[in-house]
Amino acid sequence: MTSATQARTGARSTASLKHRMAERGIDSRLWLLVPAVVFIVALFVYPFAYGIGLTFQPIERTVTQWGGGIFANYVAFFKDPFVFESVWLTMRLALPAALFNVIVSIPLAFKLRGRFRGKRFMSTLLVLPITLGTVLTAQGLLIFAGRQGWLNRFLMETHIIDQPLQLVNNYLGVMFSLIISGFPFAFLLVSSYLSGIDPSLEAAAKTLGANWRQRFRRITLPLLAPGLATTFILTFVLAFSVFPSARLVGDPGGSTRVMALMAYRAFGEQQNYSMASTIAIMMGVVELIVIAIVLLGRSFLYKGSTGGKG
Amino acid sequence: MADTTFTDNRLAIKAGENPRTRGVKRAGSGRGPNGRATNRLPGERALVASPGTWFVWAGIVVFFLFLFGILISVLVDSFGKQWFSTWLPEAFSADWYARAWNEFDLGHVIGVTLIVAFSVVAISIVIGVPASYVLARSNFPLKRLVLGLFLLPVLIPPITFGIPLATVMYNFGLGRTLLAVILVNLVPSVPFVIITMTPFIEQINPSIENAARMCGAGMRQVFVRVLGPLLIPGILAAGILVLVRTVGMFDLTFLVSGPPSDTLVVAIYRAMTSAGGSEPRALVSAMAVMYTVMMLIILIVALRFVNPTQLVARVRDTSDD
Repeated sequence: MTSATQARTGARSTASLKHRMAERGIDSRLWLLVPAVVFIVALFVYPFAYGIGLTFQPIERTVTQWGGGIFANYVAFFKDPFVFESVWLTMRLALPAALFNVIVSIPLAFKLRGRFRGKRFMSTLLVLPITLGTVLTAQGLLIFAGRQGWLNRFLMETHIIDQPLQLVNNYLGVMFSLIISGFPFAFLLVSSYLSGIDPSLEAAAKTLGANWRQRFRRITLPLLAPGLATTFILTFVLAFSVFPSARLVGDPGGSTRVMALMAYRAFGEQQNYSMASTIAIMMGVVELIVIAIVLLGRSFLYKGSTGGKG
Repeated sequence: MADTTFTDNRLAIKAGENPRTRGVKRAGSGRGPNGRATNRLPGERALVASPGTWFVWAGIVVFFLFLFGILISVLVDSFGKQWFSTWLPEAFSADWYARAWNEFDLGHVIGVTLIVAFSVVAISIVIGVPASYVLARSNFPLKRLVLGLFLLPVLIPPITFGIPLATVMYNFGLGRTLLAVILVNLVPSVPFVIITMTPFIEQINPSIENAARMCGAGMRQVFVRVLGPLLIPGILAAGILVLVRTVGMFDLTFLVSGPPSDTLVVAIYRAMTSAGGSEPRALVSAMAVMYTVMMLIILIVALRFVNPTQLVARVRDTSDD
């Protein structure tokens, strides 16, 4: 680094151009980066920019209905309650699901750290929901928790309820599917962050007489917090783009009319590519706002060498 | 939910406080420095599990009840004939599997799924690993920009870039082709490999490479002889995560695939939502079971070789409690 500053402050170096470039980090190794950059520009940046451009080319129907010239798609997005409501409906699903997954993972990860018999078996079992995938989870929920399913049947037989509970084809169904698919993921992340915290810190606090609550609040939680924020972001991203389960176990016309569903409807069913891009990009904007808020909060947290690095 | 957990844990401490300490009542030792009673000595464990522990185990049991309920009911449904309002179907048979296999041409579908998944893994590793090597080892102008560029596709919801990307694919006439499915799935996979491999490479001591270079190894030799073997656990772990993600990826594949290039997940979704009344439920269940079995085989084979958490953090088993 010092040589780089020397080069910047003048003192005309006699080294070759190649050498001077290398001092600033431009050397032949950078060629290794080229395929990835080309790839990302061609398949991500270009389509994305194209999509943004597309949002300013509304089809005629949108313009005549909502006005606003080239901004007609955005006018339609904010003014059409059928579309705009989906933002709220998505948040109502994704935020509680992500929060639940992270918060419940903490005590579980705490209890299950350390060694006990069958630990490996249990972590293997927790990987299981990943193999199910959203579609099978949806199918299983429809059968298991449906009106004729085992869950309702059991509750009825034991006379806990009289009427079968409506657990699928509504908000609850999607929530269940989000928890089943998101929770193991959150749990595995939180426990790996937790295991990154040096246990001797807690042992030290213990010898100094801190009780369970003090140790958790003053030592473990602050160290774990950045990791928790990261876990929250990742589970939120998963839950936010929920699409198949909202369609299959949800109520796609009503309470689980999430943004992804609206975007797909405009894309696949109405062939309105510009409106579809608008909804899709607004979806990204909403998600990035939430992530930015969490990251801002996270930047105030301690991120030292020990602990739940995130 | 969380509140109850913590209160329960607090109760656990209180419960552990009373008569548990065997026999001798030591006068001063029962109080912590702040005057609060803590009669359990440091390092001593309660003999009976506390309510907090019970609560945790109850939560796990409920979760697994749901999980296995879902799994087993799909399994039973796929083998069942006429299962309506009884605990179990009236008769069992494997007919649904045969029907699903023939009606949906599942041999072809599974073939497509595997081709897509393995080519995505191979390409994303070939593109991603060299890039993460550069990102881990050298500083260059605009590095933060490049990093941000690689981070975005992982953070942004798939639909957000999927829809413009699918529009571009259709414009180029690639819609519904195998190539489009592979390309689309690469978009989140390459950054994923880069993001997971960069910290992994960072932890490899650079002096090993420097030593190799001092001894006259060229760039390629350093990669093949020195870095390659060291990187293999990381590459395997990243590759398996990409494989699982790609096989399970619904959103992106669904946007560009058509009947000849559907992967298994998309085929199941189409069967569940096909126009004019969806397919018989058991038929879908049979396909779902096949999907899970395929995933399980992949994962079991994979977990033989790698530990999926080794990328997130180097896990250390704590010796005490």
